Amino acid sequence: MSDLAGRTPAHSSRELRRYPWRVRDSGQLLLVVAAGVWLVAAVAQTAAAGLKDPRIAIAFGALIAFGEVLRLNLPGDRETAPIGFAGALAYALLINVGTQFSQHSAEQVVTVATIGMIIGALPHLAVGRPARVSGMAARLLCIACVAYIFRPLAGYSAVEKNWGLAVTLMTSLTVLALLLEAVLTALLRVDEQRARFKVALVDEMRLQLPLGAAVGASALLIAFAAEVMGLAALAVFTAPLLVTQVAFRRYAGIRATYLQTVRALAKVTEIGGYVEAGHSERVSRLAVAIGRELGIHEPQLLELEYAALMHDIGQLSLHDPIPGGATVLVSRQDQQRIAELGADVIQQAQVLGSVAEIVRRQNEPYRDVDHAANGRAGFAEPFKGLKRSGPPLSSRIIKAANAFDDLVGSSLDPGRAAAAVQRLRLDTASEYDPATVEALSRVVTRRSVML
Amino acid sequence: MGKLSRVALLYISAVVVSAVVLVARGPFTGLRWQYVAFLGILVIVSESRATQLRKGQLTWSSSSAAMLASVVLVGPVGAAIVGACTALGLRRGPSLLQRVFNTSMYALSAYLAGRAFLAFGGHVGLPTERSFPAIIAPFAAAALIHVAANHGLLSGVLWLTRPRDRTSAGASGGGVGLSARLLLSDIGYAAYGLLMAALWSVVGFFAPLLVLIPLFVARWAVAQFAEQQKAYEATVGALCQAVETKDFYTRGHSDRVSRGSVMIAREIGMRAERVEAIRYAGMLHDVGKLGVPTKVLQKTGKLTEEEYAAIQLHPMRGLDIVREIGFLDEALAGIMHHHERIDGRGYPMGLAGDEIPEFARVLAVADAFDSMTSTRSYRGARPVAEAIEELRKWSGTQFDPAFVDAFVAALKREGWQRPEPSVIAADDLAATITAQDHDDPGAPLRVIDSL
Repeated sequence: MSDLAGRTPAHSSRELRRYPWRVRDSGQLLLVVAAGVWLVAAVAQTAAAGLKDPRIAIAFGALIAFGEVLRLNLPGDRETAPIGFAGALAYALLINVGTQFSQHSAEQVVTVATIGMIIGALPHLAVGRPARVSGMAARLLCIACVAYIFRPLAGYSAVEKNWGLAVTLMTSLTVLALLLEAVLTALLRVDEQRARFKVALVDEMRLQLPLGAAVGASALLIAFAAEVMGLAALAVFTAPLLVTQVAFRRYAGIRATYLQTVRALAKVTEIGGYVEAGHSERVSRLAVAIGRELGIHEPQLLELEYAALMHDIGQLSLHDPIPGGATVLVSRQDQQRIAELGADVIQQAQVLGSVAEIVRRQNEPYRDVDHAANGRAGFAEPFKGLKRSGPPLSSRIIKAANAFDDLVGSSLDPGRAAAAVQRLRLDTASEYDPATVEALSRVVTRRSVML
Repeated sequence: MGKLSRVALLYISAVVVSAVVLVARGPFTGLRWQYVAFLGILVIVSESRATQLRKGQLTWSSSSAAMLASVVLVGPVGAAIVGACTALGLRRGPSLLQRVFNTSMYALSAYLAGRAFLAFGGHVGLPTERSFPAIIAPFAAAALIHVAANHGLLSGVLWLTRPRDRTSAGASGGGVGLSARLLLSDIGYAAYGLLMAALWSVVGFFAPLLVLIPLFVARWAVAQFAEQQKAYEATVGALCQAVETKDFYTRGHSDRVSRGSVMIAREIGMRAERVEAIRYAGMLHDVGKLGVPTKVLQKTGKLTEEEYAAIQLHPMRGLDIVREIGFLDEALAGIMHHHERIDGRGYPMGLAGDEIPEFARVLAVADAFDSMTSTRSYRGARPVAEAIEELRKWSGTQFDPAFVDAFVAALKREGWQRPEPSVIAADDLAATITAQDHDDPGAPLRVIDSL
């Protein structure tokens, strides 16, 4: 089992999600450069005009820095700074503090936000956590957009006197900023993970909606309440956001633990000698890459990952390990029995209902062979009584990824991989889903090019 | 609630009557009905999103923010009417009697809060910038009275209708800590009631909406966390069971060792997080057994040196499997060393006395105890008393005496649920039988003396 130790324990979900064959992102660079240029211009402008209302600027800068210190990692390697973002948005949307009209310019908003973010990033750098410049740049661009639209309007008395108009304007700008952030993040992910843009955007919006709503509402509250309570509003309306953030952090923590645990326990089959070392992990990485290629949304992608990790767990119930653990080489009845046993185990967890279903149907041929080839009873028998609609996409993906890994194993030889793909392709008439095999082929080709 | 005593009925009717009388007395002149209606709707919404705290007994919602806002905006009678709106909460569950009591209780506490607000010199109506520092004292009084009345009336009815049997009395012992936390968060929500009222003058009806969004999201996030945690637990449990299916006789062993360890941990007053960790350690302590060849586990008679070495390796194998599960930390040490002995003759490291991690010493006691009280192929289950005697006998050589004492004390109080007598199902694929349980101190593994 020495090869088990070969995988470094520091292999975080992040590195597993980003593939080793990832290119250096050009999109990230573009975003950072755009934000940088804007920033330099804004700082120069602010320096020339002088800082207006320095007390307020410092208070908001401190809030933004505080928010940046408390950055939050959401599931799926997303980094946000809800409190900092809310503070910066509120600063951009400020009309009055107490009875005094706040006359800072859009450039000043950008400058204060940047300085706050940089100061807040310092502690992270000090403890050796990397600064995610692209995320900060995306946030900064959103804030800048809001500031450049709203700051000139804030001076009009129509906005100042009519709360209905002000509320409408500020709310729509906040929504705009949150949407823009979702779009930018989605673009970054497309670049980074080869996800499809539409899929990435929907995932992003779905994931960010609750937190985004809290951030937007808090930003508006701070901006409005500053009129009644002055700067105390900053502290008061950050509190619920702080609670939210703590809850989200714990949520993200347990999600990560969950994945680690499933990953660890999937290894049980390897330690027990049922499966070749690293098999589950490789199948799950390949399956997720194929799933992403086929445009599967993130919640289902997570289920796919769980199912792929645990697809062989049913082997634990076998008396004797299959030689080499290659399920592709044993009889179909045995394969199906393993799948059923595994699904039963997963079913006991209750929460993973669809994962159990994916595992249960991982061996079903793509096309109903009962229909296609009458009389080959050995083929159709184990699947009697199943629906004719065919197995779910995730099952088809695991079937292909599993077969590929059984044929190739940990080998990195492109020729062997190509031969394996070819063999799967020959079986697309009934066994494997042609679209899945094509996606697999693209993923594998990309990987061998990168090597 | 089941059947109520006469005192309980008397108590409930007293609350209902006083609420009705106080509201009916008025005065209704100058009451701003549009505010009452709007705040009432808010209360209904909050109430419909209430969280269950104890099954069928207690729920908790964020409606106190809206009620406290109504204290400031519409005075005591208005607040009582707003409080009474809880009756319309769209929530299935509470019986008619519960609904009537809740409604009167909320009305009564809101009314009392309103009276307190006036008594401390508060003015009913929209607060402006000038009313600011002065309004805080009366508002704080109102908030305190509101929370005190709510919790007081509620504990009264809970106490009067409490179940008599012993087990649920133990369960509600945890309820004291719960309500202290609730008290705090209720006061927090109450503070947001004032902010709602204060913002009303700036953004009108939009104020409560803005204030409630972050609060709702915070609640949602907390709920998400709780749900994920439950899912996690179920999954770990199911996977542990899968590992155990290998050996018929040890089914449920992990679960019971986990329970036993928790009993000891509680008895010696471990912190809650550590109790949690030891629970998982108990569940996972034998996963490494999968790495031991089945034929070794099944062997009757004496073991060769190699076979004994293979068995001794299982804690290390277990560690290999679960090492990457981040939060386990201290539990890892427990899993690795759960077969060490106080006299230093255990494995894998031969640690002695205090060198052995605390978790491991706890696990060892629970592990041996469960092994002795379960059926094995070579003997029937031994009675609890006999197993305790055996623990005592080995206390100081194999086990830590302190933990043996703690376990015995806990057993006396809580009892022990023994495994069901096993019946081997005919179609059991997996059932292999351990010939000699390595956990059993009464029948230690015998090794062929090679010298």
